[in-house]
Amino acid sequence: MSRDDKTGFHSPLRRKLLMGMAAAPFAGMMPKTAFAQTPATAAVNTTGLAVTDTEVTVGILHSATGTMAISETGSIQAEKLAIAQINEMGGVLGRKIKFIQEDGASDWPTFAEKAKKLLVQDKVAAIMGCWTSASRKAVLPVIEQYNGMLYYPTFYEGLEQSKNVIYTGQEATQQILESINWVVKEKGAKTFYFIGSDYIWPRTSNKIARKHIENHLTGTKVVGEEYFPLGHTQFNSVINKLKLTKPDVIFTDVVGGSNVAFYKQLKAAGINLEKQTLITISVTEDEIDGIGGDNIAGAYSCMKYFQSLDNPNNKEFVAAFKKMWGEKTVIGDVTQAAYLGPWIWKMTVEKAGSFDVDKIAVASEGIEFTKAPEGYVKVHANHHLWSKTRIGLAQKDGQFKVVYESPELIEPNPFPKGYQ
Amino acid sequence: MLGDYSLGDLGAIFAMQGFAGLILFSVYVLMALGLAIIFGQMGVINMAHGEFMILGAYVTYFCSEFFQAQLPSLFPAYFFVAMALAFVASGALGMLVEWTLIKRLYKRPLDTLLATWGLSLILQQTYRSVFGPREVGVVLPDWLLGSLPVTDVIEVPINGVFVMCLTTLITVTVALLMYKSRWGQQVRAVVQNRVMAGAVGIDTEKVDRLTFGLGCGIAGVAGSAFTMIGSTGPTSGQLYIVDTFLIVVFGGATSLLGTIASAFSISQTQSTLEFFLSGSMAKVITLLTVVAILMLRPQGLFTLKVRR
Repeated sequence: MSRDDKTGFHSPLRRKLLMGMAAAPFAGMMPKTAFAQTPATAAVNTTGLAVTDTEVTVGILHSATGTMAISETGSIQAEKLAIAQINEMGGVLGRKIKFIQEDGASDWPTFAEKAKKLLVQDKVAAIMGCWTSASRKAVLPVIEQYNGMLYYPTFYEGLEQSKNVIYTGQEATQQILESINWVVKEKGAKTFYFIGSDYIWPRTSNKIARKHIENHLTGTKVVGEEYFPLGHTQFNSVINKLKLTKPDVIFTDVVGGSNVAFYKQLKAAGINLEKQTLITISVTEDEIDGIGGDNIAGAYSCMKYFQSLDNPNNKEFVAAFKKMWGEKTVIGDVTQAAYLGPWIWKMTVEKAGSFDVDKIAVASEGIEFTKAPEGYVKVHANHHLWSKTRIGLAQKDGQFKVVYESPELIEPNPFPKGYQ
Repeated sequence: MLGDYSLGDLGAIFAMQGFAGLILFSVYVLMALGLAIIFGQMGVINMAHGEFMILGAYVTYFCSEFFQAQLPSLFPAYFFVAMALAFVASGALGMLVEWTLIKRLYKRPLDTLLATWGLSLILQQTYRSVFGPREVGVVLPDWLLGSLPVTDVIEVPINGVFVMCLTTLITVTVALLMYKSRWGQQVRAVVQNRVMAGAVGIDTEKVDRLTFGLGCGIAGVAGSAFTMIGSTGPTSGQLYIVDTFLIVVFGGATSLLGTIASAFSISQTQSTLEFFLSGSMAKVITLLTVVAILMLRPQGLFTLKVRR
């Protein structure tokens, strides 16, 4: 799908102007020297990447078709926005970013194939891409074999670390532990009921949550744990179980179409989320679009980013995003994380003074992005981000009201001891 | 398993689970009815069934948007208009597909599987390009939301009751059409012997087109009704297709009664097992049971006795 399809009536000229305006606020953030110098290609590219004197090519690899297009569309949009803004500012090491977009088509072997094409044939300097853990697991061996660089945006289950990947979303402990501590402290929660889709991310996340509830907190326990096949649409039986068990907290990580069915049926069954505490780690503004604000109002979601975050960076980002992609689009956690990818890559390249993957992998540690919409983030030695965790209360209009923010940046810990 | 619950709880469990099972039963029948007509009566394996459902769901979405913006006073009643339009839209598309694609394949029934599968991919991508890749939220009138409290534990979801009534209505209508009307007679005649039916003056092409249209139209109504309980997106139809085929095949493809019996047994097994086991295990056991029964009775639960 081309960019013009999405923007509807905007003329290309108008869009260009708007994009320029959107990028303008960012123009002041980089040192002036970035504009002036254009180092020789031979010096910044010793491994034969697609870098010329005026251009550098990166790849965008997401599903634009198939089941996952629902989720990945936001990521594609955010990455294109970031690239457009960087180009407005003069590009990376004096070179404009050109992107080649490939479609993973919601099929994991296709992801691996396209990643190989991007690296071997197109020689891209970096890939912004993947969404599901399954697609990342499929792409990982390719990226490592051909020594590419992947910027991966989704919050995920952890238990992975690679020289060739920067994880711009949160790993499970960052997302989960803080939310459980909060609900225990704020709501006096003692009993938890887990409901998830049946695949690796919910199972690993719930395992971490369960270990935390059972071993690290006192007087709390898990009274139920249920998994449903992906695409399951009937939740009446489990809702009956919830009514009988009456847990203090329903903790959910249901995904995809099941997510919509779950909240609609919960509401229809008379469970009032104003009274029954429900905390989810799988619902962002994107999902609420499909679920409907009325059906989920009152639920808590635990993420690092919400569209409603009240800070100047975010206001600029939201305005720029809506100008480029339309007033009605919403921005969820992963969309924001995808937006970080090109920026972090740009800053890393400039720090390393080179497009070489080996140098970028080393230089990534300690990269700070002060203008991130979510606020300040920093790359950890394990290639994940230090970030804050927030809890949002779902509103009828489909937005979240932020009710809690972790006071400090939370250290990423993809291999948590005692939680596996 | 049962030890944790008191006697009062157990009563409530049976009441609520019984009802949950009935709702699931209605949902399954509604899902499968359109396919049962097409597969059972025409022998066409319609892999695009889910996409016809989703067309109905999108029609409902646009109706809700239209009524909200233009006729807010009539909003509470929009759902009925939406269902009627969904029937017309899916039915019309069905007839078009029959005319352009399916009618060339009656002599090669297995090829319809491939052709309609391709059609389902085309439709999915069309929805994605036209309506956008993201899911849409359908706003429902207030009277369809919420539940009727019976006791403080037992509550009956209103949309469940609505689906049950709708399913009953459609099933009875279809049964009357099939077994009491002149058109139904013609359909059955064409199924049994196409050449002979043609010879006695039945316009077999017209009968085929209407049958296919009716099946697709019912799928559209089902999709419209399911906006109350499920998601509406380009690929949402895929969520229903496996269960739908399971019910139709298990029931015995040519029998309407078989479809109903099979929907009933599968839904009750599923909902009871889901209560005592986890969701994934319930699904596995249900599927194993169905496989075992189909191995013993490959023709399904009910079959018409016809000479072949």
